[in-house]
Amino acid sequence: MVHSMATIAYPAPAETLPRRPWSARLSTPQVWGIVMIAPYLLVFLAFVVYPIGYGLWLARHPASYVALYNDPVFARAVVNTLIFLVIGINFKMLVALFLSGFFVQSRTWIRWLSVLFILPWAVPSIPTILSVRFMFNPEWGVINNLIFKFTGEDGPNWLNDPAMGLTLAILVHIWKSLPFWTLILMTGRLAISTDMFEAADVDGASWWQKFRFITWPSMQTLYLTCTLLSMIWTLGDFNSVYLLTGGGPADLTHVLSTLGIRYLRLDQLDMSMASIVCAMPLVLPLVYFMMKRLSR
Amino acid sequence: MRVPSLREAGAEARLLLIGIPVLIWTLIPIYHMFLFAISPKQDAFAGKLWPDHPTLNNFRIVFNQQHYFLRDFWAQFGNSVVIAVAVGALTLVIATSAAFAISRLRVRGGRTVMNLALFTYFIPAAFLAVPMYRTMGNYGLLNNHWSLILAMVTIASPYAIWVLKQASDKLPLELDEAAIMDGATPLQLFRMVYVPLMLPSLVAVGTYALLLAWNEYLYAFLLLSKDTEITLPVALGNFLAADDSPWELLMTTGFIYALPPAAVYYVFRRYMVGGLTAGAVKS
Repeated sequence: MVHSMATIAYPAPAETLPRRPWSARLSTPQVWGIVMIAPYLLVFLAFVVYPIGYGLWLARHPASYVALYNDPVFARAVVNTLIFLVIGINFKMLVALFLSGFFVQSRTWIRWLSVLFILPWAVPSIPTILSVRFMFNPEWGVINNLIFKFTGEDGPNWLNDPAMGLTLAILVHIWKSLPFWTLILMTGRLAISTDMFEAADVDGASWWQKFRFITWPSMQTLYLTCTLLSMIWTLGDFNSVYLLTGGGPADLTHVLSTLGIRYLRLDQLDMSMASIVCAMPLVLPLVYFMMKRLSR
Repeated sequence: MRVPSLREAGAEARLLLIGIPVLIWTLIPIYHMFLFAISPKQDAFAGKLWPDHPTLNNFRIVFNQQHYFLRDFWAQFGNSVVIAVAVGALTLVIATSAAFAISRLRVRGGRTVMNLALFTYFIPAAFLAVPMYRTMGNYGLLNNHWSLILAMVTIASPYAIWVLKQASDKLPLELDEAAIMDGATPLQLFRMVYVPLMLPSLVAVGTYALLLAWNEYLYAFLLLSKDTEITLPVALGNFLAADDSPWELLMTTGFIYALPPAAVYYVFRRYMVGGLTAGAVKS
């Protein structure tokens, strides 16, 4: 059906080209189509297919995987990544779901607040992550300065504690991407007909009942899609960890996206590629699911 | 003026109880950066909410490149601009013609190309960074702006094609048919019918690619290394190399770097939210 469209639009030119049988099957729009899609195909071949093939070739030695398996930094990075995804993302999406309900309230001040609320998403992440990093500097950072001012005691060594460092990296990630997801979930909420809420009010439904029986059923698909998409993007969130903790202290806060760069800097290219290959069992199912969603 | 009932006041108070923490949470890192930018060195570390002697001196130092870390500020700023504009323009050309070929010309295999592009879009760019770095080395493009431009075009194109394809699928087919009846070639169709009608989406996609390139850190830091060739975010990251790095200047530079994308975002907000995000999570 897809191809017949072209034949409807352009009467087949086959009889005009009797002497070149190979081109008889290629109508003018098809030729133009090939010409116009070619630039992207070239980019795709040169900068996607070739790098992936080359990367897989570099990661071909089983020994790299054994070394990776025996490297405690790798195991730690996998655990950190899972914490980031399972706890961090679910927490973020729940907050986004809650805040989307707040931001759909019609008040002038809430509309103004929503304009400011978008700022973290609109500004580049590097300066703000560095700003947070300075805030938590144990000696000169504003947080420990305030702690000292009010309690007279030294504050904790925030980013030098692996649990604290990872928590802060997750919070920085949430700070950056919460506005985006809140916005998306808001569009979901706004799509629900207000008649249903009015009817529920007449019936004396509670806040929770309205959420449970009206809002949630119409938003759950969107919510699930958002969560999965956010997980994929978070798997690739290099900046939040790398610029805040640099993977430290003692390589205890690495995630899978920063690990490849760590091995690259240690000149262990095969390990770097192997660690990326090891991330694929986490990435590919999510990608497969999203592809099915979007190419319907 | 009507006095609000107790119930209304209670509802308003509950909303404020959410709104105020949200506002503080949102603004703190940005305000902290701004505070450093307008504070003289000795004030900046005092932990005050507003400096005793606010100053624009830091901006003067940055603009005049009067510090070791800033000696190539304008070159780096220029690199960021050139690369972002090149990525925006190149992505626009590649993605628009691909979307036209897939959606309007119904090129054979177009659907497969679309799926491959979508697949690339979903694989996080951070996992492609190391192979891309090696590939650029093999092509002999390392430390050349083209390496970053081409890498960012690769990353930006898939989503751009997808958004443009979604938008152009909505254009009525009769338009094409009418133009063809009048004897338009596919190229004329593209130039005179397709591009003018797609203009809002093209603005959105071009802005998307431009901001993506301006904000990129990882690829820029891998692919470029000479001080005069790097982009601003890499220069900001390099401040961390020294223990005694001047925070107030780093925050000032960061503030200057953050302003253009924020401005672009707010100017094109309507396009960005409507044109891009709605498509991202079609349910």
